[in-house]
Amino acid sequence: MAAAFSSHLPALQVVLALLAAPLCVVLRRPGAAWMIATVITWALLAIAMVLLGRVLETGTITYALGSWPAPWGIEYRIDLANAFVLVLVTLIGSVVMPYARASIPAEIEEPRIYLFYCMYLLNLAGLLGIAITGDVFNLFVFLEISSLSSYVMISLSRDRRALVAAYRYLIMGTIGATFYIIGVGMMYQVTGTLNMVDLATLIPNLTDNRTVMVALAFLCVGLSLKLALFPLHLWLPNAYAYAPSAVSAFLASTGTKVAVYALARILFTVFGGSVLIDDFGLQELLVVLAVAAMIGGSAVAIYQSNVKRLLAYSSIAQIGYMILGLSMASVIGMTAGLVHLFNHALMKGGLFMVMGCVFFRLSSVQVEDMEGLAKRMPLTMAAFVAGGFGLIGMPLTAGFISKWHLIQAALEKGWWGAVAVILVSSLLAVIYIWRVVEAAYFKPPPKGAAEISEAPLSMLVPMWVMIGMSYYFGIDATLTLDITTGAAETLLGGIQ
Amino acid sequence: MGFMAVIGFAVARLRNLFAVVMLTGLFSLTAAVLYVILDAVDVAFTEAAVGAGISTVLMLGTLALTSSEERVEKSGGSKWALVLVVVTGCVLVYGTLDMPPFGDPTAAIHHHVAPYYLEKSGQEIGLPNVVTSVLASYRGYDTLGEVFVIFTAAIGVLLIIGRPQFGRRRSHRMLVGELHESMRTNVILRVGSKLLIPVILLFALYVQWHGDFGPGGGFQAGVIFASGFILYALIFDIDTARTMIPARTTRLFLVFGVLLYTGVGVAGLFLGGNFLDYSVLAANPVSGQHLGILLVEFGVGLTVAAAMISIFFTFAHQEH
Repeated sequence: MAAAFSSHLPALQVVLALLAAPLCVVLRRPGAAWMIATVITWALLAIAMVLLGRVLETGTITYALGSWPAPWGIEYRIDLANAFVLVLVTLIGSVVMPYARASIPAEIEEPRIYLFYCMYLLNLAGLLGIAITGDVFNLFVFLEISSLSSYVMISLSRDRRALVAAYRYLIMGTIGATFYIIGVGMMYQVTGTLNMVDLATLIPNLTDNRTVMVALAFLCVGLSLKLALFPLHLWLPNAYAYAPSAVSAFLASTGTKVAVYALARILFTVFGGSVLIDDFGLQELLVVLAVAAMIGGSAVAIYQSNVKRLLAYSSIAQIGYMILGLSMASVIGMTAGLVHLFNHALMKGGLFMVMGCVFFRLSSVQVEDMEGLAKRMPLTMAAFVAGGFGLIGMPLTAGFISKWHLIQAALEKGWWGAVAVILVSSLLAVIYIWRVVEAAYFKPPPKGAAEISEAPLSMLVPMWVMIGMSYYFGIDATLTLDITTGAAETLLGGIQ
Repeated sequence: MGFMAVIGFAVARLRNLFAVVMLTGLFSLTAAVLYVILDAVDVAFTEAAVGAGISTVLMLGTLALTSSEERVEKSGGSKWALVLVVVTGCVLVYGTLDMPPFGDPTAAIHHHVAPYYLEKSGQEIGLPNVVTSVLASYRGYDTLGEVFVIFTAAIGVLLIIGRPQFGRRRSHRMLVGELHESMRTNVILRVGSKLLIPVILLFALYVQWHGDFGPGGGFQAGVIFASGFILYALIFDIDTARTMIPARTTRLFLVFGVLLYTGVGVAGLFLGGNFLDYSVLAANPVSGQHLGILLVEFGVGLTVAAAMISIFFTFAHQEH
């Protein structure tokens, strides 16, 4: 039986989460729902690892849903690029879930918790569905599942502002999804197919077709809204700032990352990447926006007094790094972008978990409330410093690896300006991290501050696991670099 | 098309949200007519049931909870927004320039995937309605995804506003209040609806089980079935309607529908096929496909109906 199921792992990667979500609704008990969500996430991580191993061994895996061969049916198509994203998403989920057990009840009202886990599982299924599929319409369907569930998860916080933030995200996200589907519709109109491999053989011959050009524009704008590329990032800061901490940690490290992957998939696999280099200045446009995001995001982050908002603006800057890497359309640039996607997910996930621990004890994430916190919550604040080093890009951290490769890629292209921007943005990161560190370590606690102790162990351990991983992959990056180089070659090499 | 554009302008200009909701319903109805002209009857059916029917009712429900007048705020952004919208519109029109002309038999869509469906679905699936074959079998996984989208939406509404213990107990009685009083005493409405509701429910069942042969299927049937109930709740008594289908029952159906659909897919796995492979469900692949499609469409219908009813009651029951 086990052997029979192993060939169905691509389907199970998504379907297990889909099956588990309604089960949470039936069980109606927060503990049981948490248990299901955690076990399923771990199982999905195991599946993703097995799939990644198989792709490394034997190359691309395809799976025909309903046994209908593509392009008539929908196919799952797993190569290095998306196997890597599948592992990332499930890995983050697996670390966040144990953390959520203590964190979620502190921030969401008890009668709603079991439905929250249902939403989380749907979100996970949506993100995995986007990453795994080889069909542009199927991608849209799972984009909808993941988007709807993230709006709901963000709005669940006790902070009323979360509702407005989620509503704003809903409007922007819906526009993004609509733009994406308009693009898909136009592609279908001129090619008659929705399958990515099929499109990849047809679209590159049609690049002077005006409908295809407009389709590309709509796809890019739609996905850029989802990945919060400057200037389409306006939904992100508040959404991440007011969402429950575990949700911020999970979404910040997975949601935008999967959208970055989807954009890369559309640009490089479907459109063959040539659109970037040849025509209508798409490459220049992406570079300019990425640079603006890197400087703008970091600069605005400095002025934030809500640390979760600060981290959110920093995310916008970090997304700029990834897009800069992708827009180079070279193996080393793409590798840098993808490896940063992974490394940033670990660092930012860890940092948002730190803020969850702070909120758990302090019920606030304002810088001024965190004064003198290092004495009272030494382990938590040490994790913030460690994660902050990663964002700055100090050697030994994962952030250093990605920035190092990004700078090399820029030098290879002779883009000296980009190198300067990377350095300036890193300096800005020093400032915004320092503001928090200064408050926590060098200021006395405010008078009459309540006695608080360290966050519970069940939150500290996952937090340090996340931060620890970002150091592990900073010290020994061969594994991540090997995989992302392979993924970059796959994306750039077209369909094998 | 011109009519749709006029309605679009009216929706943007009008400040009375009640009228806006009615116009969006009209917009959907016009769109549905357009789809019929384009020979896409299944799409037209869905548009009419969802766009003109249920979403209008839900938007009315929202108005009942909030207010029906829009607050106009002067903001400098609107000029730029207009420019942005016009640019987007121009880009869209520009994109149509290289589209194949309407009804062009040489267009790519008629030559790539579609001919296979038209030629082979007869042997492989054996249903007269090719649209159902494509939706429920060839692209059945997308449909499963769509059902999960609806499931997510329903659970989301339950989560956000269906807060039994924590709801702010403001009076939201417009829907079940004033409006309701006038409806309850209106004999024509009462008698008319009593005549109509059984027919609506029966029609829903017909659409559900006849989707294999004619236009229709689980989505439309679910929506029609739900609108029958909602009509009853609007005109008679919301509490009686609720006792007929208690929250637990809708929730159960909501879950059961998606589990049925996914379960059929998983059954395919156990019987040696791929996920959602219906051919292995019976000895003969064609009857397996029939069985599979019937079951998944039933799952769709259950979840959609339960989702619509539960969303409506969550809105209407804010204060109970």
